[in-house]
Amino acid sequence: MAPLIKATGLRKTFGPITAVDGISLTVNKGEVLGFLGPNGAGKSTTMKMITGFLEPDSGSASIFGADVLTAPKAAKSKLGYLPEGAPAYGDMTPTAFLSFVAEIRGFDASDAKARVTAAISRAGLGSVVNQRIETLSKGFKRRVGVAQAILHDPPVLIMDEPTDGLDPNQKHHVRELIREMAPHKAIIVSTHILEEVEAVCTRAVIINKGRIVADGTAEDLLRRARNHGAISIRVPEADAARISKLLSTVAEIAGVETVEKANGHIRLRALPKTAASPAAAVGDLIRRESLSVEEVYVERGKLDDVFREITMSAQA
Amino acid sequence: MRETIKNAYIIAKREFAGYFATPLAAVFLTIFVALTGAFAFFIGGFFQRGQANLDSFFAYHPWLYLLLVPAVAMRLWAEERKSGTIELLMTLPISPTEAILGKFAAAWAFIGLALILTFPIWITVNVLGNPDNGIIVTSYLGSFLVAGAFLAIGAFISALTKNQVIAFILTATVCFLLVTSGMEIVQNVLRSWTPRIVADAVASMSFLTHYEEITRGVLSLDTLVFFLSIIAFALFANAVAVGQKKSA
Repeated sequence: MAPLIKATGLRKTFGPITAVDGISLTVNKGEVLGFLGPNGAGKSTTMKMITGFLEPDSGSASIFGADVLTAPKAAKSKLGYLPEGAPAYGDMTPTAFLSFVAEIRGFDASDAKARVTAAISRAGLGSVVNQRIETLSKGFKRRVGVAQAILHDPPVLIMDEPTDGLDPNQKHHVRELIREMAPHKAIIVSTHILEEVEAVCTRAVIINKGRIVADGTAEDLLRRARNHGAISIRVPEADAARISKLLSTVAEIAGVETVEKANGHIRLRALPKTAASPAAAVGDLIRRESLSVEEVYVERGKLDDVFREITMSAQA
Repeated sequence: MRETIKNAYIIAKREFAGYFATPLAAVFLTIFVALTGAFAFFIGGFFQRGQANLDSFFAYHPWLYLLLVPAVAMRLWAEERKSGTIELLMTLPISPTEAILGKFAAAWAFIGLALILTFPIWITVNVLGNPDNGIIVTSYLGSFLVAGAFLAIGAFISALTKNQVIAFILTATVCFLLVTSGMEIVQNVLRSWTPRIVADAVASMSFLTHYEEITRGVLSLDTLVFFLSIIAFALFANAVAVGQKKSA
């Protein structure tokens, strides 16, 4: 099946600044693509071009097979879009606003009513339907934006920072919503909250300075972390030197470093030589030598570190 | 075509309701009706003239519009751009043309409502005498056309900026120039240093000249074409502005 979202060689400059410099990507049904990057990396600009709001200097984008510039109505009818900051008409109530969107999307009166009701309940707006949007809290405003985007159950959903400004419960709710819809749609979610990528995304794309610098699953990205698969061991300070020396003799271990020293305990980190974790070998060693270790676990690495490494090294 | 009208209608409906969501509508309608009346009776000398017509009423409409129409037009696009809703609007399955027509129609209908609310003066003049109601109808139409042309210009300028105050001032200034371009004082200045053809061209752009013709009861084709083509041109410029500036 053809990809639901396809972008080819998107480029956009604003005066002397190249905001997006040749971004190509495809998203298939069932995929949730996490779009990551530092502020100003070109995330929003890319999304604006994919949705057809901004015209790229070169390159093209299509949604559900329809080019966003040459067949805009066909493309936009298949698209649900939550723009950055979740803008909505402040002088309307959520019900009036969603009814307007439903009408523009061509639903007849009874169908529109059913869809508005459904969107309100899915986005959890029940308690504020008759308040003007400008009087709502940030979290509710964002949910009005989400409701508007999912109202017509579009096959393609693009959301620019859907959980920005939400409290942990609301974040959880929005993520649940995304996970629930994921199997039937192609979704792009931009964020700079990295835990979100692990929570909802099947794939992550990191962009920096307008270019894609990494593309893979969260697991792929984690594998790039220096301490991915490393063994973390907490031992009493007195034994630290001996244990550290023993660990260095294990064939699978590239090196041992001291991570922290606290209250008479030392945390050591054994870095693996290859992608394979040295967990088994370390376990053997501990049993063989009857080492007195207090805690052992395999580190996964942190997306934050990977993110920093990728985006900072590109800057250097 | 049917889809264009349908979508423009949905946009217009929302926009029109938007005027009434804030005190703007009430303030505008009250002031418009009060001022048109006040001008007709006190400055125009409605009673002193002793004539059964509404000349003194209609004569001041273009001047009132200078102040009031930019206030109606300024929010049309500037507010969309400022609040970011333009991104929402332009990613809905509608064309820019539909949005532009819808917004303009809503604002024009709003001015139309204001004009309709001045009906007591029409009743008054009919009670007091036997006016030529044909001229009054034509005059209302002329007034409506002037307002439409101002609005279209205002909508275009509103699309150029995020700032409603700038939109207001620029629109008022441009409309002022268009109103006064046929007046002696402007023409004398122009004639002194430009060829006659330039002065004549400027004079032919005068809203006042065309409007006065209509209020005398003469609705000629070229006056109609004049106002409608200004509206069409301004709306076209509006479309270009919306397309160019939405990103900034």
